[in-house]
Amino acid sequence: MSIDWTIIETAIPLLARGTVVTLQISVVAGILACMIGFTLGLAALSNIAALRWIVAAYVDFVRGTPLLIQVFLVFFALPVIGIRFDEIWAGIIALAFNTSAYIAETVRGGVGSVERGQTEAAKSIGMFRWQILTYILLPQALRPMVPPLTNELISMTKNTSLLSVISVYELTRAGQAIISVHFVPFEIYLLLALYYYALIKALSYLSRFIESRMPAL
Amino acid sequence: MTPDNQVPALRVVGLSKTFGTKTVLRDVDLEVRKGETVVVIGASGSGKTTLLRCVSHLEIPDTGLVDVDGRSVGRVAIPGGWKDASERQLAIQRRGIGFVFQRFNLFPHLTALDNVAIGLRRVRGIAKKAARERAAEHLRKVFLTDHLDKRPAELSGGQQQRVAIARAIAMEPTIILFDEPTSALDPELVREVLDAIRVLAAGGMTSVIVTHEMSFARQVANRVIYMDEGAIVEQGTPVDLFGSPREPRTRRFLEHFTTPDAKAAP
Ligand SMILES: Nc1ncnc2c1ncn2[C@@H]1O[C@H](COP(=O)(O)OP(=O)(O)OP(=O)(O)O)[C@@H](O)[C@H]1O
Ligand SMILES: [Mg+2]
Repeated sequence: MSIDWTIIETAIPLLARGTVVTLQISVVAGILACMIGFTLGLAALSNIAALRWIVAAYVDFVRGTPLLIQVFLVFFALPVIGIRFDEIWAGIIALAFNTSAYIAETVRGGVGSVERGQTEAAKSIGMFRWQILTYILLPQALRPMVPPLTNELISMTKNTSLLSVISVYELTRAGQAIISVHFVPFEIYLLLALYYYALIKALSYLSRFIESRMPAL
Repeated sequence: MTPDNQVPALRVVGLSKTFGTKTVLRDVDLEVRKGETVVVIGASGSGKTTLLRCVSHLEIPDTGLVDVDGRSVGRVAIPGGWKDASERQLAIQRRGIGFVFQRFNLFPHLTALDNVAIGLRRVRGIAKKAARERAAEHLRKVFLTDHLDKRPAELSGGQQQRVAIARAIAMEPTIILFDEPTSALDPELVREVLDAIRVLAAGGMTSVIVTHEMSFARQVANRVIYMDEGAIVEQGTPVDLFGSPREPRTRRFLEHFTTPDAKAAP
C-alpha cells in the first residue's frame, strides 16, 4: 500500500485544531486535578479521621471504576439530577476528578515519606498539624513528587482521547472526522499517534526542566 | 523568692510507658526547678529517650502527669475532671517545652536562619523581618554568626546541632530537653556543642540533658539522675553521685566511665 500524501496535507491543519482543544482540556483539567489532588492528599494526612476516611473512599471509588464510566456519569447521569455541563466541561471535570485521586495518592505518599524526625522537630516548636504539612513536609516532598506527578498528567493527557466518545472535538475526534469522510485510517491514525507522542514528549521534557530547576535538599 | 520561682519548671508524677509487652518507664517522678540543669545518665535501653519523649508528649505516656510551669501537658481541664488533650491542644502545650534531638532534625529546605525564624514566624506570629533579626540573635548565642544563609547540608554536625539548639531556645520554652545532643557527632565536634550548652545553662536556661559525656555532666549539672530499667535509681549532686554513689547498680554503671580524669577527682 502507498501513503496518500494529499490527505496528510489536508489533515494537518484539521488535526491542529483538535490538538489545540486537546491542549486546552489537558491544561485546564491538569490544573484542576492538581488543586483538588493536593487538597485531598493533605486532607488524607490530617488528624481528622472523618476527612481521611472521605478521601480514602473517594480514591477507592475513582480507582475502582473505569474512566469511561466516570465520563458517562458526568455527561449523562448528572443531568438527570439537574447538573448539566456541555461536553467539553463534562470531559474536563471527569478527567480532573479522575486524575486528582491519583495525585492525592502521590501527595499522600510523598509527604508521608518525609522522615518522621521532621514532624517531631516541628511539633517540638509547637506547630499545628496543618502548619507542619504546609511549611515543613510539603516543601520537602515537592521535588521527588515531580516525576510521579508527571506520569499522572501524561496519563491524563492520553486519556483526553476518550472524550471523543462524547463528541468533544479534540485530537482523536478530529482524526475520526477525517476518516469518516475520506476513509484513510492508516494515515490518520498514524498521524494521531505522532501528534500524541509529540505532546507527551513535550510534557516530559517540561517536567524534567521543572525538576532540575527545583532546589535539591 | 518570687511566687513564680516556687512553681517548678517541670513536674512529672508517676510516668509510665509500655511498648507492647516491654515496660520502658516505671512510675517515674521528677521535678526540675527553674534555672536548674538536670543530667540524666544510664545504660542504653534504660528509657532515657522515652522519658524525654513522654515529657514532651512526642510519645503519649500510658499513665502519669506532666506539668510545665504549673500547667498540664497532655490533658485539659473540663467541668468535673480532665480529658486527654487533642493534637491541637498538645501543640499549644508543647510550646513550653523545647527539644533538641540526637540527630538534629533540622529542616533541610530552610537556611540556618530560617530554621530558627520559622517557629517565631509561624508559631509566635512575629513578622518575617523581626523574626529573622531575633533568630540571628539566638544563633549568636550558640556562636553561629557566619553561616546564617547556609542550608543544613552545608553545615558540619556540630554547627547543625547548634542551629537546633538556637531553634529550641528561640521559642523561649520553660524547659529544654536534650536527648544525647553530641552522640551523633564526630569527636572533634562534641566540644563546640557542649560549650554552647554550658553557656546557656550558666545563663539561666532550665534543662534536662541526657548524655554519656560524664565530665560535661560533672561541670554543668546541678543534679545528676541515674536511670536503669525505666526507673530513677539514684539522684544527687554530681559530687555525690559520681563521688560516692549509694546504689551498687550506679557504681557498676559508673565503672564503665572511669577515666584517668575521673579517678583523680575526689
Ligand atoms: N517506639 C518504640 N517501640 C517499641 N519499643 C521501643 C520504642 N521506643 C523505645 N523502645 C524500647 O524501649 C527501651 C528504652 O528505649 P530508650 O530509647 O528510651 O532508651 P535509652 O535509654 O534512650 O537508650 P540509648 O542510650 O540507647 O539511647 C528500649 O528497649 C527500646 O527498644
Ligand atoms: Mg536514647
